[in-house]
Amino acid sequence: MDCRRVDRRYCYRSNVGALVSSNVTSWGRFPQAEHTSAAAPEWREQLINEVKKHDSLLAFGLGRSYGDVCLNDGAALVRMHRYSHILSFDRTTGVLRAESGLSIAEMLSVVVPAGWFTPVTPGTKFVTLGGAVANDVHGKNHHKVGTFGCHVRAFELLRSDGTTHVCTPTQNQGLFRATIGGMGLTGIITWVEIQLTPIASRMIEEQSIKARSLQEVVDLTEASDADWDYTVSWVDVMASGAALGKGILLRGRFASQHDGTLAKPHPRPLLSVPVDGPHWLLSNPTIRLFNTFWYHKQLGREHHRMVDIEPFFYPLDAVGSWNRLYGKRGMLQYQCVVPMQDGVATMKSVIRELQKGSVASFLAVVKKFGTIESPGLMSFPKPGLTLTLDMPNSGKKLFDALDRCDEIVAAAGGRVYAAKDARINGQRFIGMYEHYREFVDHIDPRCSSSFWRRIHNS
Amino acid sequence: MSTKSIVIIGATSAIAHGVAKLYARDHARFALVARNAANLEVVAQDLRARGAEHVSTFIADLKDVARHDEIVAYAVRDLGTMDVVILAHGLLKEQHEIDNNADATLDVFEVNANSMISLAHRFGCALERQGSGSLVGLSSVAGERGRRALYAYGAAKSAVTAFLSGMRGRYLPLGINVLTVKPGPVDTPMTKGRTLPLMATVDTVAKDIANAIEKRKHVLYTPGIWRIVMVVMRAIPEGIFQRLKI
Repeated sequence: MDCRRVDRRYCYRSNVGALVSSNVTSWGRFPQAEHTSAAAPEWREQLINEVKKHDSLLAFGLGRSYGDVCLNDGAALVRMHRYSHILSFDRTTGVLRAESGLSIAEMLSVVVPAGWFTPVTPGTKFVTLGGAVANDVHGKNHHKVGTFGCHVRAFELLRSDGTTHVCTPTQNQGLFRATIGGMGLTGIITWVEIQLTPIASRMIEEQSIKARSLQEVVDLTEASDADWDYTVSWVDVMASGAALGKGILLRGRFASQHDGTLAKPHPRPLLSVPVDGPHWLLSNPTIRLFNTFWYHKQLGREHHRMVDIEPFFYPLDAVGSWNRLYGKRGMLQYQCVVPMQDGVATMKSVIRELQKGSVASFLAVVKKFGTIESPGLMSFPKPGLTLTLDMPNSGKKLFDALDRCDEIVAAAGGRVYAAKDARINGQRFIGMYEHYREFVDHIDPRCSSSFWRRIHNS
Repeated sequence: MSTKSIVIIGATSAIAHGVAKLYARDHARFALVARNAANLEVVAQDLRARGAEHVSTFIADLKDVARHDEIVAYAVRDLGTMDVVILAHGLLKEQHEIDNNADATLDVFEVNANSMISLAHRFGCALERQGSGSLVGLSSVAGERGRRALYAYGAAKSAVTAFLSGMRGRYLPLGINVLTVKPGPVDTPMTKGRTLPLMATVDTVAKDIANAIEKRKHVLYTPGIWRIVMVVMRAIPEGIFQRLKI
């Protein structure tokens, strides 16, 4: 990151000399890190040898987490993307076992034609199975099926002492629960076995409905959750007054009829952002303009259509490296969850706090989490309302506003998501996770991350 | 693509596996040969999970030319008629690693040239006996011209390219296609994580290869830009070429 433009306190780049630069970044491209090693083993023997080599290491998947949870500044990463063979796939039962570097994108190219879909998907298909477990990712269907971790039947964990442990909900239960949402700190996940969800078609029945306020967004969500497997809302956090949190609710469910679309080949990304955007490209005025356009591009109150998996689940995957639009300084994402009780009021206070700090966010997302509990000790989702924002890294002003948001979220009994974080105060974070003590006991002594050290040094 | 019977020599190589994945989706039948048993088994499992109708494996050190007849016999026995034979094994040693070691230089030749030519010849004869099929050999753009930075590997690939050209002439009238694949640098474990100019992904190269097999092409540069780059490279006079830092 360009440290001349931003206060050094907000720039975590290490100054350790003689490091191997490996060009590995997280999706937010902030903070930046330099790693002593970033090997990409392809075979089991290579992986085991690699793990033995380092005093401090962390598995790295496809780098789609935003902050520093996937980085290990000044130490080693083990990049897992080549460790990605499918070990078994039962087309009758929908049980798939694969090495942890397999991406959801690659998995879908195999399982969709056979009538199966990932039980849970984040907003990008470019995440590995290992990353999906380590961050216990959630999706638009959280209210129906819980997190990714709820569908993990088993995985194998390679600890830095060379031992391997098969973990299931009943076997090695402690490690099972610590590794789901465990941010890679409990060891290296070598393979994952999940239960897929049956589908009859690639097409999704989608409805989008305009809501004039945050309360209306939440009311519409609650009215939709019973009949719709997938619900999410885009809200305009720059609107104020009665229109605060106005937005568009998107709800969807897979078509239930076999329509022959499963065999259709997957489309590829059409464009990619080749260079960093200038800093003004995504700044307050342009983002305000975009949000207004987004809200008004839908003219009627309700839209109904049939859409493919790609535009419904992965609209941003159509543009490769879109994160570069935010320029060299990178971006921050912020995701919090607050309990349903007074949820709307709390969320409004958070949004007002951001407005006070004149923080611009491009497409904020609101979703209601359901009550299905994840096995993960450090899993982020809990029942309530979740808000996600993307913001250009504008330095101190933004960091201060987010600190105040953390305060509101913590006071309400909510949480902030580690996979999106680059700046939270450590004590604040620890206070949000009630199983923290139990989790710490399962950490692998030689696994660490930039995030984890930051949490313990602030 | 229709269901095919495919032999892959060096089946644990990233490019070979990339091509195999594309055919597995269409329920192809595979006979796989490689040196490392554990790794080959993982590749076999992967192809089965992806829809391959049949996958069998054979472990051999491909430098051991004495076993090559056995490899051909295994493939014929296992698949019956072979639609495609892919020769994908290789060993990339950079020149500075072997500059002062004649034995290591010959070793590069043994794997990349001798072993490849021996198998190409034997499989060519087997395809001739069955009267059909495609033989695919992985050569490299490095074989187009000797470069100071990579000439042992380049010379071996050059031998493969010339040999496959001749075979193509021999088998063309018999309806057997010989495809020479010349990839540029590909982001595989072989290139050890370096970023090289015009580096391609395994997916791109694999797709190009499968496409060239289906279209019965003779020579494939992948990505296609290398066809143009190599026209330029070949045109540079030797005295200038050897002074360029490329």
